[in-house]
Amino acid sequence: MSVKILTKHFHIKDSHKIDVYISDGGYKQAERALKEMKPEEILEEVKKSNLRGRGGAGFPTGLKWSFVPKDTGKPVYLCVNSDESEPGTFKDRHIIEKDPHMLLEGIIITSYTIGAHESYIYIRGEYYPQAIRLQEAIDEAYAKGFLGENIFGTGYKLDVKIYRGAGAYICGEETALLESIEGKKGKPRLKPPFPAVVGLYNCPTVINNVETIANIPAIVEKGGEWFASLGPEKNGGTKLYAISGHVNKPGVYEHEMGYPLMKLINEDAGGVIDGLKLKAVIPGGSSVPVLRAEECDINLDYDSVAKAGSMLGSGAVIVMSEKTCMVRALQRLIHFYKDESCGQCTPCREGTGWMLKIINRIVSGNGRKEDVDTLYYIAKGILGHTVCPLGDAAAMPVMSFIDKFRDEFEYFAINKKSKVE
Amino acid sequence: MSVEISVNLRKKIDEIKKKFPRDKSPILPLLHAFQDEFGYISVEIEEEVAKIVGVSPVYVREVSTFYSMFNNKPVGKYHIQVCGNISCWLRGYDEIVEYIKKKLGIEIGETTPDGKFTLSRVECLGMCDQAPVMQINGDFYGNLTPEKIDEILDNLE
Repeated sequence: MSVKILTKHFHIKDSHKIDVYISDGGYKQAERALKEMKPEEILEEVKKSNLRGRGGAGFPTGLKWSFVPKDTGKPVYLCVNSDESEPGTFKDRHIIEKDPHMLLEGIIITSYTIGAHESYIYIRGEYYPQAIRLQEAIDEAYAKGFLGENIFGTGYKLDVKIYRGAGAYICGEETALLESIEGKKGKPRLKPPFPAVVGLYNCPTVINNVETIANIPAIVEKGGEWFASLGPEKNGGTKLYAISGHVNKPGVYEHEMGYPLMKLINEDAGGVIDGLKLKAVIPGGSSVPVLRAEECDINLDYDSVAKAGSMLGSGAVIVMSEKTCMVRALQRLIHFYKDESCGQCTPCREGTGWMLKIINRIVSGNGRKEDVDTLYYIAKGILGHTVCPLGDAAAMPVMSFIDKFRDEFEYFAINKKSKVE
Repeated sequence: MSVEISVNLRKKIDEIKKKFPRDKSPILPLLHAFQDEFGYISVEIEEEVAKIVGVSPVYVREVSTFYSMFNNKPVGKYHIQVCGNISCWLRGYDEIVEYIKKKLGIEIGETTPDGKFTLSRVECLGMCDQAPVMQINGDFYGNLTPEKIDEILDNLE
C-alpha cells in the first residue's frame, strides 16, 4: 500500500468542509507550529524533508524559503501558485476541490515560517467553480479563527486572499504571476533580483505551488526525515501523478516519489485504450521532451526522469497510443505555445509563430522535406534565448518530437499525408 | 457614453478596492466584475475601470487584451469553450467540435444569429482526466460525446 498524504481524504464525503477536515486532526499541525515551534525549526524540517517544488521546476522548497532576507522592514508575502495551466496537469484542481483546508493549513504554517502576514492564492480564471469552493473554505477558516487576527490565541495574524487570473498560461511563471497580481500584463521579469528579495509590490515573496504547500502539514506532523524516506535520495515525499490521453482510467494517482511509469500506465490507469500499443509518453506536462515507448521503463522522480532525457515537470503524464499522428500532436502543442507567448522576447514571439506556420503547412499537405529541418532550427534558436522558460517549453517538444519521430515528419512533408492515419 | 453601474456592481467595486488596495491590483478583479455584469469589456468599461484605478484607458486596454478570458466584443448568452489541447485532442476534440459546429451552424469564433451561443476553441482547461471537455459560462462538462452534447445544449434555455 502506498502512503497517502494529499489524497487521504479524497474518498470521504464532504471532504472539502472544515468540520470533516478537523475531525481527522485538521489544523492541529498549524496550531502546534504556531504555539510550540519556532520558524527556524519548521524551516529545518522542510529542508530535511527534501520536498521539491511541485509546480514543475523541482527546486528544493526549504532552500527557497531560506532566501527570504530577515529584518528588511518590508512585509513578506506568500503567493500560492494555482495557475495550473500546463497542458495535461490537473492535480491542484483535485486538491482545491476535495481538500482545500489541507492547502490552507499549509499556507498558515508556511506564512508563519517565512514571516508573512498576507498570502495570495493566484488561481487561473477558468477555475471558477474551484475559486468559489476555495473562498468558502477561506470563509470557514476565518469563522473558526484559523485566519485573521490572533490565530490560535498566539497573536499571529494572517490574511489569505484569492486573486483570479484571466486566461494566460504565462502567469504560471512566478514573476509573471506577480506582475498579474499587481494589475499588469503577465510578462516575466528578469532575474535576479529573485522574488525572495524583490517580489510582490517590491517586497520579499515566496511563491509555491498548491501541491507543495499542501504537503507542509504532514511534514510538520511526522517530521522531515519521515517525508524524505518516502522517496529516493533528494526526492522526498509522495507525488500526485496526473495521467491523461490514451489510457482507460485517466486521473490523479498519489504514490511515493520514484513510482514506475509503466506501472502508473498499466495498473493505476488501466493500460492503453482499446488494447492498443503504447507509442509515446510526455512524462511531465506538455513542455517536456517526449519519450518513445521503449524509453518508458523509468521511475517518476526528478532525477530519474532527467536521466532519461526528459523532466518530471508537474507530474502530468500524457499517453499516446500507436494510432497517434505525432505531426498532428505537435501541431496542437505549437499552436498552444504560439497562443501563449507573452510577446516580450523576440525568439519566442517570432519563433513560435514561424513554427506554427510551418507545421500548419506540413499538415495541410503543402510541406517540403526541408521544412522538418527548418522547424528544428527555429526551435534551437528559441531554446535558452528567452527571459522565462516558456521559450524552452515551446522548443523542447519540437526538438524531441523530431529527434524521436523524424520519419513521420518527413513522410508527412513528402507524401502530403500522415504516416499513421 | 458612460456605463450604467448597478447597485450590486457598485458594491462589488467597493469590495475589490478594499480587498486589493495596492498599485493597480484592482484591475483584473474589476474587469472580471464588469464582464460578469455586461458580458464583455467595451471601450466605455475600460474608461470606467481606468477612472476607478487611476490609470489611463489605454493601460486598461493593454491589460484586458493580454488576458484571453476578457471578451472584447459581445458573446452569446452561452459561451461554449471547447478545449483543443493535446489531451482533449487525443480523446476526440476534432469530432466533438465538428459536431457542435454542425449542430449550431456556426464556426469557431462565431455567435448564433439568435445570440444564444458563441463557440470558441480554448487551450488546456485543466480537466484532462475528463477529456474531451468544454466550459460553458464557468461550468465544466467532460467525457463529451455527441449524445451528451445534445443533452447539455438542448437543456440550456
